[in-house]
Amino acid sequence: MQLDGKVPGGHISEKWDKYRFDLKLVNPSNKRKFNIIVVGTGLAGGSASASLAELGYNVKTFCIQDSPRRAHSIAAQGGINAAKNYPNDGDSTWRLFYDTVKGGDFRSREANVYRLAQVSSNIIDQCVAQGVPFARDYGGLLANRSFGGAQVSRTFYARGQTGQQLLLGAYSALSRQINAGKVTMFPRREMLDLVVINNQARGIIVRNLITGELESHDADAVVLCTGGYVNVFFLSTNAMACNVTAAFRACKKGAFFANPCFTQIHPTCIPMHGTFQSKLTLMSESLRNDGRVWVPKNPGDKRPANQIPESERDYYLENKYPSFGNLVPRDVASRNAKEQCDVGKGVGETGLAVYLDFEEAIKRDGKNVIEKKYGNLFQMYEKITAANPYETPMMIYPAMHYAMGGLWVDYNLMSNLEGLFVLGEANFSDHGANRLGASALMQGLADGYFVIPYTIGGYLAGTSRKDITSDHPAFKDATQAVNTRINKLLSINGKRTVDDFHRELGQTLWNHCGMARNEAGLKKAKEHIKGLREEFWQNVKVPGDEKDFNQSLERAGRVADFLEFSEIMVDDALERKESCGGHFNEAYQTDENEALRDDENFCHVAAWEFKGENNKPEFHKEPLVFENVKLTQRSYK
Amino acid sequence: MTKNINLTLKVWRQKGPNVKGRLETYYANDISTDMSFLEMIDVVNEQLTLEDKEPIAFDHDCREGICGMCGAVINGRAHGPEKGTTLCQLHMRHFSDKDVIVIEPWRARAFKIIKDLVVDRSALDTIIQAGGYVSVDTGGAQDANSIAIPQEIAELAMDAAACIGCGACVAACPNASAMLFTSAKISQLALLPQGKPEAALRAIAMVNVMDKLGFGNCTNEKECEAECPKEISIINIARMNREFLKAGLISTVK
Repeated sequence: MQLDGKVPGGHISEKWDKYRFDLKLVNPSNKRKFNIIVVGTGLAGGSASASLAELGYNVKTFCIQDSPRRAHSIAAQGGINAAKNYPNDGDSTWRLFYDTVKGGDFRSREANVYRLAQVSSNIIDQCVAQGVPFARDYGGLLANRSFGGAQVSRTFYARGQTGQQLLLGAYSALSRQINAGKVTMFPRREMLDLVVINNQARGIIVRNLITGELESHDADAVVLCTGGYVNVFFLSTNAMACNVTAAFRACKKGAFFANPCFTQIHPTCIPMHGTFQSKLTLMSESLRNDGRVWVPKNPGDKRPANQIPESERDYYLENKYPSFGNLVPRDVASRNAKEQCDVGKGVGETGLAVYLDFEEAIKRDGKNVIEKKYGNLFQMYEKITAANPYETPMMIYPAMHYAMGGLWVDYNLMSNLEGLFVLGEANFSDHGANRLGASALMQGLADGYFVIPYTIGGYLAGTSRKDITSDHPAFKDATQAVNTRINKLLSINGKRTVDDFHRELGQTLWNHCGMARNEAGLKKAKEHIKGLREEFWQNVKVPGDEKDFNQSLERAGRVADFLEFSEIMVDDALERKESCGGHFNEAYQTDENEALRDDENFCHVAAWEFKGENNKPEFHKEPLVFENVKLTQRSYK
Repeated sequence: MTKNINLTLKVWRQKGPNVKGRLETYYANDISTDMSFLEMIDVVNEQLTLEDKEPIAFDHDCREGICGMCGAVINGRAHGPEKGTTLCQLHMRHFSDKDVIVIEPWRARAFKIIKDLVVDRSALDTIIQAGGYVSVDTGGAQDANSIAIPQEIAELAMDAAACIGCGACVAACPNASAMLFTSAKISQLALLPQGKPEAALRAIAMVNVMDKLGFGNCTNEKECEAECPKEISIINIARMNREFLKAGLISTVK
């Protein structure tokens, strides 16, 4: 089946304005008759809940943590892009649009990206009005910096805690609507199924994580803002609770999963240390603005950094990419770090690290300036590694960070399942095969503040739905299925813990479906995952009870879903016989080891339809049409 | 340098809010000093699971010190002995071989225990819902640069806004007061021009709700500031008191 992205006609710069005019409106007094479920309270979910409630809809919002303020958007450090052009350095909506499409290696939907660039400025206005304390210059106006992959300074920031401040802004708007009675908030709930009636999404089944009760909630539309899935790799920069369950359950109910193999590896993370490591910590890539990346020129050089003279250092990014230098996009920076380590030039105990050096920046600007810019990051680094980055260079290595893939959505951000909207990292649309720095915050807030309030109205006004409540048999069936699965997990009582399986799955994917991929490895991974999944369902040990606060059971359900989902991810990687952005297939590279796209055969979105366990998912294609940018080989030289 | 240590843990175990809890002893052996405190608990939990025992319930999420989900009282100190550090960022290199570590949940009248080390901190959300926001609907904002804000004011607001809502201030306070938490939000918004129109209403509403929820009063013990993982200053409490007084005395808001 060929998928229709429902991109409206007209010139790209006029599409969104014209489309908003064409969309049907819901009469203000009718809005209170519609119930909307929002799952997740990160930037997308928090902003969507607040904005929809402000319009007058009845919103029920769910989150997995104890408070909506804790979603993982909070950990984003660096900043948020907007085409404000305050520094007068040549930025524009068009340039932000172009940079994002190019940065995504021409695998995103043009019209969505243009809209994102258009509303980017409104986001900054909105956040400042909420009291988000962005960094300011001496004159009291907003400060900007440049960020990975961009040659203009368009990134707004709040120290190294931009995600936190933006999320707390959205959380405050959400809190205001909770106080007004327009949002009912359900914390400590995990969505375990989507309820579909007459091919329309009409509700969800959630588990109350305190009591273990299963609850049914009906609605006129369901909005998933449940984040990304890179915790499938076990070790990633994601928070421990990040998972694919909500999205994958929707996929099992008929929503297509798009480009699951597009995962992003972040180049600047603190290197791994031991087996019991539970997560990897990201150091904001804003550090690359002042830090210089290098390795020793000679493989095997084990001298401490300060004993390696300037002439024996290889500043490989600056040498290879003179115009972008240390600011090349994430996928390029990550692959180059791996390349250096693969030839034995890696540093540190494991040899899986490169230096990020601030010596020159400190000499140039003074320690105070550097401290002001990155103080909290330096402190965090020292806390974790016990090394002082003001004195010795940081050691960094790439780690899994973000999922560009996600549930397929059209221009309305609605999936192929009617009434199911997907926002933020959980959808696939805006970042193509690689996301640029400071763009995730922008997309989450664009979707929640400025896109869904319009498009959901068009859906609610333009479709007819049956009158149902959560007494409908579809809710009972879904609840029963969830219940059966929970009981199964608790009854296996095998010999291996959930984490043990998860770690093995992650290692397999990192080796074969990580920074570099090849056909043989992917096939091996597929076989391995199949076996591991079978063993999981016979040999996992999940202690505790069903009707109780049971974190082992929570994790078991998530890992079970990862074990199924990861196969679709590997399938997708196998089918995409080209390299682009975060998907690097070793068989397809240029002479200079850059990703080699095949625009003739793969300039499309691959959307996968679930066809039952152990069956190959069915492939659906959305061709990508570029009318406004010319497809080129990305070059950052 | 990395090394391995052996520890004795005394951990608070409690099945639910209405049953009695007690300290149980566990042994954590061969713990790498590069591990974080929570990774050390992970190791113990893996071991308990394999021994057919129930693992220790504890809240945690980002494990990089920003989400505010984790927290426990370690040897009598909220988030443990290191200054300005959340529990997830506390590394085992700050402990020595053969140490005995007592691990307890946040204890406060307003925080009910859910299980083991997990407590209900929803009262903090309720305080924010009472007024911890600027009443601006999506779409109505003017250009972000239309009001200049002196850099030092923006920085002070950011200092207050850095609060992660973990509840350590409440747990550390002998009166289980939420003054530091509440004052951080009131300060942030009172400092910024965007928050000024509602400053009086906000101060009164948030302080009243805070009192109703069963949090204690401030008696200047300064424990909150000492244990705050984000080092939020008690100057914010003074600022809140000023806002509250001002609101009561000279504003028309009641």
